[in-house]
Amino acid sequence: MSAKQDRRDKIASRLVQIGFLVAVMGLWYFGTAYWGINRILLPNPVNVWHELKDVLSTGEFLPDLKVTLMEIAFAFAISCSTGVTLGYLISRSHFLIKVFEPLLAGFYSVPLILFLPLYVLFFGLGPGSKIALGATISFFPIVLNTIAGFGYVEKIFITAARSMGASDVQMFRHVLLPAAFPVILTGLRMGFTVALLSILGSETLASLAGLGHKIVHLAEAMETPRMFAYIAFAVAIAIFLNTTVSALERRAKRR
Amino acid sequence: MTTGDAAIRVRDVSHQFGEPGDAHFVQALQHTSLDIKRGELLCLIGPSGCGKSTLLNMIGGLLVPTTGTVEVHGKPVRGPLPRDIAFVFQENSLFPWCTIIDNVKLGMVFQGVAKSEQEPRARSALEAVGLKDFMSHYPAQLSGGMRQRAALARALSLETGTLLMDEPFGALDEQTRMILGEDLSVLLSRSEKTIVFVTHSLGEAVFLADRVAVFSARPGRIKEIIDVDEPHPRSPSFVTTEKFSRLRNTLYSLLHDEIRKAVEQSATVAPPS
Repeated sequence: MSAKQDRRDKIASRLVQIGFLVAVMGLWYFGTAYWGINRILLPNPVNVWHELKDVLSTGEFLPDLKVTLMEIAFAFAISCSTGVTLGYLISRSHFLIKVFEPLLAGFYSVPLILFLPLYVLFFGLGPGSKIALGATISFFPIVLNTIAGFGYVEKIFITAARSMGASDVQMFRHVLLPAAFPVILTGLRMGFTVALLSILGSETLASLAGLGHKIVHLAEAMETPRMFAYIAFAVAIAIFLNTTVSALERRAKRR
Repeated sequence: MTTGDAAIRVRDVSHQFGEPGDAHFVQALQHTSLDIKRGELLCLIGPSGCGKSTLLNMIGGLLVPTTGTVEVHGKPVRGPLPRDIAFVFQENSLFPWCTIIDNVKLGMVFQGVAKSEQEPRARSALEAVGLKDFMSHYPAQLSGGMRQRAALARALSLETGTLLMDEPFGALDEQTRMILGEDLSVLLSRSEKTIVFVTHSLGEAVFLADRVAVFSARPGRIKEIIDVDEPHPRSPSFVTTEKFSRLRNTLYSLLHDEIRKAVEQSATVAPPS
């Protein structure tokens, strides 16, 4: 395929994507404005827009946003430090890899959100239980990718470095770490995404504050336009955080 | 052939992978002795799995022989000797996250070369192999032949007395291989290095070597050593001489039965991974 045709295809697919979004918004607008859809169940987008402007201009969102971001930060810090450390230690032995890799992969495939009630019992309804859940869920992709990164460094790199007299510290710094780094970074990105997801999700289930909590609160009060405004806000925050992390990953991998 | 003491002395070495009776048991090399003279280029040639790479790794201290000893300059080899021995591996031994010049420098970092010396030594080694204009490229941006030149530059920059080359051109196409062989012959004629060179290629062995050690099929041992009495650097026209064909034919007849044996072995026994 020529480069020109390639570009034309790309433009065409972009146009279809934009068209699709416009169509959804249009359906939403006409459905609620003219076709008699219950406005309490599905508010009009124009109302939602006004609510969103109000939420943003009053700064009402700040306390909840702070709680959610703090939970994400703590959860991610915990899963990063434990995941990378344990992953490295496990990767040092073929036996440990054989034992723990399938075990951890097995745990990862369990719907860990089921631990939320238990964590609420342990840590209460406050941020503690969200942090614990986010840390638990994001721990697995991080530890698994760290094992994969450090455990499967191509043997020829290690042999070559050894033949040139690399010390253990030099081996780690100049061979193991740079070889494992891109794989670990992918794990961190995946961990961040699931931490964000599980924290927002668990806030809607059992919590005292946070964006997820606010959304449920508004739903229960039947303030759906404002609820939709908060959903849009939370989605924007999530997109912003995820693209930032992805951009950091790409930047760090660029060579 | 340069005269002098044996730089490398191999005495009665054997190597086996696994224990007798294991499913993966392989006797790779059996009671092999060999003297390699200072400054000579010795080629090891033989069928796959005969243990020629195993022998090379034992000389370089990357593998410990099951029996027997290896000495380099009178010192017994018990592990890698980065100040005495440098390796060039078959392929992809350059670190993909470093530029070409950083790859060369990293070797010197490992070896413990003073920082101020690293840059000039890396530059001159890369110039010597013709990669002056590619120093800040990454390995993935170079062709296979250029990557092997870079790996050679890394080994040369370490300024060791001995160079061990494990099928360094094995993954390259015939033409690239020929050119690299010619360049290597010129390059090495200027140095006093002792070189052990593992190859599959009869022509490469005759073209490069002062002596060629021919291995038998597994369990490998040295069947015969052939002298190639021809000064370095060798001109490309050496391959068209009658002497070259005669030596190549000698090697061919020595190897042919062994290769057939090795092929039959590999049909019944899985090779070591």
